[in-house]
Amino acid sequence: MSNRTLTFNIFRFDPYRPEVAPYMQSFSVEELDGMTVFVALNKIRETEDTAIKFDFVCRASICGSCAMLINGRPQLACKTLTRNLPKKITLMPLPVFKLIGDLSVDTGAWFRHLSLKTKSWIHTDKAFDPQVLEERMDNQTALDIYEAERCIECGCCIASCATANIMEDFWGAAGINRVARFMIDPRDGRSGKEYFEVIGSEQGAFGCMGLMACDDLCPMELPLQMQLAFVRRKMLGLGFKV
Amino acid sequence: MNSNNTHITDVLIIGAGLAGERVAIEVANHGLKSIILSLIPPRRSHSTAAQGGMQAALGNCAMGQGDSPDIHFQDTVKGSDWGCDQEVARLFCDTAPSAVRQMSHWGVPWNRVVAGKKRLSTGQVVNDDPEYDGLISARDFGGTAKWRTCFTADGTGHTLQYTMDSLVIKLGITMHDRMEAVRLIHDGDHCMGAIVRCLRTGELHTYLAKSTVLATGGYGRLYGASTNAIINEGSGMSLALETGIVPLGNMEAVQFHPTGMVPVWILITEGARGDGGYLLDKNRHRFMPDYEPGKKELASRDVVARRMMQHIRQGYGVDSAYGQHLWLDIRHLGEKHINTNLREIANICRSFAGIDPAKDLIPVRPTQHYSMGGVRTNIDGAAYGLKGLFACGEAACWDLHGFNRLGGNSLAETIVAGLIIGKKIAEYTSGAAQKYTYQIIKDHHANIDQKIKDLISGKDGQENVYALRDQMEQNLMEYVGIFRTAAELQKAVDNLKDIYYRSLKIGLRSDGSGANPELSFALRFPGMVRLALCIAYGALERTESRGSHYREDYPRRDDQNWLNRTLAYWPAGADLPELKYEPVKITEIQPDDRGYGEASVRS
Ligand SMILES: Cc1cc2nc3c(=O)[nH]c(=O)nc-3n(C[C@H](O)[C@H](O)[C@H](O)COP(=O)(O)OP(=O)(O)OC[C@H]3O[C@@H](n4cnc5c(N)ncnc54)[C@H](O)[C@@H]3O)c2cc1C
Ligand code: SF4
Ligand code: SF4
Ligand code: FES
Repeated sequence: MSNRTLTFNIFRFDPYRPEVAPYMQSFSVEELDGMTVFVALNKIRETEDTAIKFDFVCRASICGSCAMLINGRPQLACKTLTRNLPKKITLMPLPVFKLIGDLSVDTGAWFRHLSLKTKSWIHTDKAFDPQVLEERMDNQTALDIYEAERCIECGCCIASCATANIMEDFWGAAGINRVARFMIDPRDGRSGKEYFEVIGSEQGAFGCMGLMACDDLCPMELPLQMQLAFVRRKMLGLGFKV
Repeated sequence: MNSNNTHITDVLIIGAGLAGERVAIEVANHGLKSIILSLIPPRRSHSTAAQGGMQAALGNCAMGQGDSPDIHFQDTVKGSDWGCDQEVARLFCDTAPSAVRQMSHWGVPWNRVVAGKKRLSTGQVVNDDPEYDGLISARDFGGTAKWRTCFTADGTGHTLQYTMDSLVIKLGITMHDRMEAVRLIHDGDHCMGAIVRCLRTGELHTYLAKSTVLATGGYGRLYGASTNAIINEGSGMSLALETGIVPLGNMEAVQFHPTGMVPVWILITEGARGDGGYLLDKNRHRFMPDYEPGKKELASRDVVARRMMQHIRQGYGVDSAYGQHLWLDIRHLGEKHINTNLREIANICRSFAGIDPAKDLIPVRPTQHYSMGGVRTNIDGAAYGLKGLFACGEAACWDLHGFNRLGGNSLAETIVAGLIIGKKIAEYTSGAAQKYTYQIIKDHHANIDQKIKDLISGKDGQENVYALRDQMEQNLMEYVGIFRTAAELQKAVDNLKDIYYRSLKIGLRSDGSGANPELSFALRFPGMVRLALCIAYGALERTESRGSHYREDYPRRDDQNWLNRTLAYWPAGADLPELKYEPVKITEIQPDDRGYGEASVRS
């Protein structure tokens, strides 16, 4: 394989030291076979600048920690092979989210807030009885719920969303997908009206301009466009205008 | 010390994976207050990475018919090579079915039984009875007599963690993420909470509680090649060991998975070999039939892993920039099969190594996978040695797994133990009082504060923490891996001791200000070397083979001398753990043949 020398241009800023203005810093890295941005960034931290901040946990596109702008495009750094990138690679933190430092942003807090606002839990009056068999569910329904639940809260769809970039508190595709996950779950007892209270606002389905920047950026390949349409249809079907 | 940075609660839960969150829900249901701490947002905990599933004897699917907690119990005890606590295993197996159903009640979309005939990949035809249609289904997993592993497609850990966390949010349980516990506060008798460093700002905080729970997960990342998330550095175990009073159990029991993919050690599931994949060496020779003419690539996990290492050691490994490896070959299964039945594996190969398994060989080697050892607790989850300290999940040695964990039993452990131990913690906490004194808090706080200052000033030396880490990893991989001998283990112990002394002389490269990542790692590192020494020294002293602990110089299990559990203590100022042993509780099944092992050595 070609052994290129890569140049990483990396955004540096520590919001806790605002006296040092943001700047771009560049590092050279010898490319190795099968190298990902995860491997390269750790190499930079361990050999060049031990203070640089970024987030990885699973390094296997499962946990959603490592989204950043790689040459302008929001994607998971652990799942990005350097060989699919040009020699010059620019890394920036995701927009919209609060900056923790350098490439690290607070997607965790953002998504927690989203879960609270959309009341993302099963609403039921039934109490659990350990002596009783589980309620039956059609396997296809289980698979459909799982399909929506696969979101890893990485924030790529939010960072790429024009509305989310200008309107604080817009939930974006991840939020609408989240609501869809509970709407299709027969265990959730919320009525159409209760859902409308959650979703029928500027923050929810109204804010979406339908330009679909989110749809092809989702690393989990969630059918976001379909979920947006599903939620709209469902609301219309219940007589609510979205 | 800043009083704004002091937090007081009933139960302090360190760790927001499945185990920690399950405990939090239980204590909240008992009307107690708690705070959960996590290095990262809770939904990014390593639990989400478990894809396979969790075991519970529901017996709903056709291949699970006739299953019962009794059979689950037998599988668990056999799997552990009689090293587990049978009372714990019994309690666990009996509780697992209702714990799975409860997760369903809370929202996990478990895959369900679909009535009717179907053909399995083995060719066998099974018929799912309409009576069970729509109940929770199960899949096959190694080492189980019945299909017992409940799952949600390829994301069991993910759906469990998201559901568990949804409840934590619903119940309004306080969550402080990006917070790292760096020291337990105790007076040698009671645990009172922890000193915690904020990973956003670098500030130190004090958390005070009537009881403290370690649910910090495993220590896979002590090894250079591990399937674990990169945050799994055993920090909860270090915190406990550092007290000098709380022992760690069976640290030498480390599970390896045969096929972690080079270079990022993502797990390639058994499915690849199950469907007919071969293992090849540097000469493209298929070597498994030479060692295991009967089962070949399908021998049990630990056997395949051992044979692979044996072959590498004989000089047949493939050299690479990331160390020696072997090849997994699934090309002959054909593009169609690979892209449908083995799609998950194909995706991993493409995304993380840039190879196409329909055309290319997959570089693999045995990789650290699970830590059976951990903070030793009794059946109630109470740590030995300190009142008010509990442990749960992979961080603990509750001792469900003995010397080998069954796949699917660890996810189940997190939620079953979380439930059972959560209840016990609630009972304990309801009757306990806050027990701290200002002086004790101040002493513990000052200890960390001083360490930070010394690391920044370089007062103790200029050792590079990343270089030392490489050496620790290398020693564990090379000498405390799958094959163990007295000579090599001794080498590891000697080298690790040296690394330990050097770890006390780390100086930072950077200025260490704020939430500096080098400082975080430098604070953690000496504790990691102590854990490495517990593993290496425990393995050296245990002169038998049991479960995943395999001594070439003592290839047989020795129930006469070693039917016991290792307890490792770290006395103040020591450079080696002090090892003690306690008997294993055997209540139902006496030690017997495990029924799987190498073709050549069977006792
Ligand atoms: C690739 C892979 C696949 C697996 N698949 C399966 C499977 O199919 N079935 C199965 O049963 N098991 C499986 N396992 C094992 C299983 O996933 C784990 O044993 C289990 O999830 C551990 O859960 P836990 O809650 O104990 O810890 P974790 O989920 O690891 O959580 C640990 C928590 O502790 C926090 N923490 C750690 N240190 C500190 C500190 N100092 N201060 C504050 N917070 C801290 C972390 O932030 C995290 O929230 C798999 C493991 C791997 C590596
Ligand atoms: S379609 Fe809606 S959610 Fe998606 S990017 Fe556009 S505005 Fe945002
Ligand atoms: S919907 Fe996709 S892109 Fe958006 S947060 Fe979830 S996983 Fe990421
Ligand atoms: S590190 Fe988990 S998704 Fe990239």
